[in-house]
Amino acid sequence: MAIDILMPALSPTMTEGKLLRWLKAEGDKLFSGDVIAEIETDKATMEVEAVEEGLLGRILVEAGTEGVAVNTPIAILVEEGEAVPDMASGSAIPKDAVPKNIPALPEVPAAVTGTAASSQKTEPVKPGTALAASRIIASPLAKRIAKDAGIDLIMVKGSGPNGRIVKHDVEAAKAKGTAKPSAQPSAPAAISPEAITIPMSSMRKVIARRLTEAKTTIPHFYVAVDVQLDALLALRSQLNAASPAEGADAFKLSVNDMLIKAAAVTLRRIPDMNVSYAQDAIVHYPGVDISVAVSIPDGLITPIVRDADKKSLREISNEMKDLVSRARAGKLKPEEFQGGSFSISNMGMFGISEFSAIINPPQAGILAIASGEKRPVVKGDGLAIATVMTATISVDHRVVDGALAAQWMSVFRSVVESPISLVV
Amino acid sequence: MSTTEFDLVVIGGGPGGYVAALRAAQLKLSVAVVEGNHLGGICLNWGCIPTKALLRASEINHLLHDLGQFGFAVDNPRFDFEKVIARSRGVAKQLSGGVGHLLKKSKVPVFNGFGKLSGTDGKKRKITVTMVDGSITELKAAHVILATGARARVLPGLEPDGKFVWSYREALVPDLLPRRLLVIGSGAIGTEFASFYRNMGSEVTLVEVADRILPVEDEEISKLAYASFEKQGMKILTNAKLGPLAKAKDEVSVEVTTRTETQKITVDRVISAVGIVGNVEKLGLENTKIVVDRTHIRTDEYCKTGEPGVYAIGDVAGAPWLAHKASHEAVMCVEAIAGLSVHPIDPTKIPGCTYCRPQIASVGYTEAKAKASGYEVRVGKFPFVGNGKAIAMGEPEGLVKTVFDARTGELLGAHMIGAEVTEMIQGFVIARTGELTEAELKETIFPHPTISESMHEAVLSAYGGALHF
Repeated sequence: MAIDILMPALSPTMTEGKLLRWLKAEGDKLFSGDVIAEIETDKATMEVEAVEEGLLGRILVEAGTEGVAVNTPIAILVEEGEAVPDMASGSAIPKDAVPKNIPALPEVPAAVTGTAASSQKTEPVKPGTALAASRIIASPLAKRIAKDAGIDLIMVKGSGPNGRIVKHDVEAAKAKGTAKPSAQPSAPAAISPEAITIPMSSMRKVIARRLTEAKTTIPHFYVAVDVQLDALLALRSQLNAASPAEGADAFKLSVNDMLIKAAAVTLRRIPDMNVSYAQDAIVHYPGVDISVAVSIPDGLITPIVRDADKKSLREISNEMKDLVSRARAGKLKPEEFQGGSFSISNMGMFGISEFSAIINPPQAGILAIASGEKRPVVKGDGLAIATVMTATISVDHRVVDGALAAQWMSVFRSVVESPISLVV
Repeated sequence: MSTTEFDLVVIGGGPGGYVAALRAAQLKLSVAVVEGNHLGGICLNWGCIPTKALLRASEINHLLHDLGQFGFAVDNPRFDFEKVIARSRGVAKQLSGGVGHLLKKSKVPVFNGFGKLSGTDGKKRKITVTMVDGSITELKAAHVILATGARARVLPGLEPDGKFVWSYREALVPDLLPRRLLVIGSGAIGTEFASFYRNMGSEVTLVEVADRILPVEDEEISKLAYASFEKQGMKILTNAKLGPLAKAKDEVSVEVTTRTETQKITVDRVISAVGIVGNVEKLGLENTKIVVDRTHIRTDEYCKTGEPGVYAIGDVAGAPWLAHKASHEAVMCVEAIAGLSVHPIDPTKIPGCTYCRPQIASVGYTEAKAKASGYEVRVGKFPFVGNGKAIAMGEPEGLVKTVFDARTGELLGAHMIGAEVTEMIQGFVIARTGELTEAELKETIFPHPTISESMHEAVLSAYGGALHF
């Protein structure tokens, strides 16, 4: 039976686009996954893939046509030996047929799987899970069917024992047309012959998927403050000087250790920031568990300092040293990087003046710490020099509003600038 | 009248019911079993187990008459039929006692009576048990599993009559070894009895209304079974229609019409094995939303009936009528009740075994069914005559057949006939359940020398050729 190929919606907001060019001609044989055309939207150039097998029977919309409405038939796919209709079957197309040609975004797993706040204690939600490299567990048959169909298993949810991906899951993904790698903006027309393509590691794929999910599904907003660090640095020197020179009790606090504690103390004071969005509910975390972004070869991972508000600076410092070294060695246990209620990403060591971070789902906030540097500040009516860092919080606007975020940042600043609360 | 409350009450103590109770006890549910007859159900007392004891005896009898090929000579081998039957009963009794012990060890109370649903009390269901001593006990439970099993279907004119006509039950405790026996129905039950009595020396006629014996098996396997039974001296009539039984003083006659002829068969006994019906009576289903469809309780894939909190498993819930299906449903159903995540049963992953000589075992799609389902298939076959162990054992009669999806390499089905195949089919069941493809099966190293190597060869045969044939 002839099948109409429709103008796909390449983004949720797209209503029309330009059919840039055809990559297949009438009469060409098409296999599932072949790129048949390129479409330009206001945002990018995207590829249209064939979903069904057959012959490209007729092109209905010429290359270069602008303003082609979504769902307009642009070509007709026929089976080999079948007569080619002149016209699209038009209104006979069921609505369901539309998504077939959409190189859809991966199905987003529910960030918080309906876990109610009440069950938080026993069953903590597991944010940050996916920032760890994870092995794909799938049956040999599922792997083969996925490979043949061009389905990326990282985007398929497993229903078998222990979440194993089985044949049924791949076939369901195939039928829905999801789990195809999403269309990328097409590469420049003339790809340099020196360019090489390196397949992503599975950790990289997870990072790509999770961050895409975070940035596309969470309405982020950002609040930045400048924080003077001199008092905190003085306290740090004082405390470090008190450490035994060596032995089990020796410690050396970093600025980061102190900022983890500062964020935790602030979260304890403003617990409405220590939350997650869960469909139609807000999950309030009972504990202040800080996920700390740590860069590791080819990616990053977020080990967690649990109950950071209740720990001493020395405890936090020792724990972080241990977590970081094991993170870099790839030896963290899942529970050490899964969970967490709030994240901190510190790029102070790189001399950057400010940045903002992407939220680590299902958390509602991440604090981006830039470098502390000597800056001119106004003290009283005169100029003075102070060590200042810019801290920027990224917040999920579904669960936290601007005023609360501003209040949080203001408390954070006062905690850092009057750091005595970090030690008492 | 006493009342006792449980999380779960299981009505029926067969391989569905007692396994449900054991699993529930493991999961810390309070559970009770209601059983009016023997623990272990039909399987253990009147089915799977005692027939295996009999078939073992008939296999020995066969070997005793075939010792020459091994270099033995035994004069006048003979048996005491009463002792053969007594051993079978002893095996059943031992195992039934074992089930009782297991339930006791798990502290599962057994109510020796017949249970029926008798309404609700708040969120709990009431179960009225008529104890075998005539007293009434009322139980309450949030969940009730119906595991009452099934019994032989009785066709008009073929009712067990206490003398000539037997169901499986009478055939297990026969008054005599019939010189001439008619077996009606060539499913697993009929075929096993035909094989047992033939190997004990009876003249057996096996009749089947379908166009081949063992009609659920792959056609090729049916044909091989037919050839083997005929060689053993069994008379087989397919496409057969029976006239009324004419009972004389010491024998019974029936006219059997096939496509080619009508003949009069005269025998001493008749076994009717024409299917089974579910035990759905006297369970109090009348005033519930439970649907009974052709003597079986209709359930969803998680064994839920139309009535909240009531489940049905095993034979009473429909085909395939296999003990291992009942036990697996039991575990799944109880785990779902306990809130664990479970997977519904895929019927194409349930193995079926028939313990005749030669044995037959299969799982998944037959070649014909795979094709009818739209699969493009790759079929592999390997005969036992190419297998060293089979030859050494003196069992060269057999075949392994594999059916693969040509596109994906999925093992769609496997079909085996020959010695020990009932012990080997699990290899292919694991392959299906684990969703292995031909690649993993080809890479699997099978031990040498074993008959199981013919399974490997049948896979190779589907993909470019077996090595030893």
